[in-house]
Amino acid sequence: MENELVRADCIEATEFPDLAGRYRVHAVPKTVINRTASVEGALPEEFFLDEILRRLEPQPGTGC
Amino acid sequence: MLQSVRLTRILLDGMSSTVLTTPDLGDAMELISDNDALEIRGRLQGMVHPVKLVHFTQELNLEYGREAKQLLTELLAISDKLSLEVYNFLLDKDKVSEYGVDKVPATAVRNGKDSGIRFYGLPAGYEFATLLDAILSVSLGDSGLKTESREKLANVSQPVHLEVFVTPT
Repeated sequence: MENELVRADCIEATEFPDLAGRYRVHAVPKTVINRTASVEGALPEEFFLDEILRRLEPQPGTGC
Repeated sequence: MLQSVRLTRILLDGMSSTVLTTPDLGDAMELISDNDALEIRGRLQGMVHPVKLVHFTQELNLEYGREAKQLLTELLAISDKLSLEVYNFLLDKDKVSEYGVDKVPATAVRNGKDSGIRFYGLPAGYEFATLLDAILSVSLGDSGLKTESREKLANVSQPVHLEVFVTPT
């Protein structure tokens, strides 16, 4: 909602076992970022956001 | 294959009530009890702008597909600020592509514009509480995030796709 480039899916892991298996979801919540990186567990907002931003590809000319 | 009675707990701010779903009894059984409806109505009273739920499903070979659609239909009856559009995942290709839906059941939450929020699977248990939160945020046009988080997010210049895996309990 704060940036149109960001989309968020809430996925019921047991109903999509193939996808959960592909991402090696063994515990929930697990957040997969751009299909490549992930963050496990529920974190406080600021830590969670920082962990996500840290896992993005570096973009020229910006911080993230 | 069908269970006689499946028990799902809907959790609302620590309060919990029981939802019984009986897949083999068809539409006769309601998924949202009167008590749940009362609690949900209280929560959704904070809605300001209308919210549209865009639901994608298919008739056959879909576990909980019918329950998901039924749950949203019952939710719709609780707030007059909620509306529901239902599309067929296999037939409505334009909408499937517009919303970037790649599996079903899927539910997008939007007001005037797409919020980017999707729910995949039956939104029961914790996910139901999350759905209510998403509806409220979209209705208020306010993510509820801290100022620092909003600033950091505003600086993101590349597409970010978050897939949060959860279970109902």
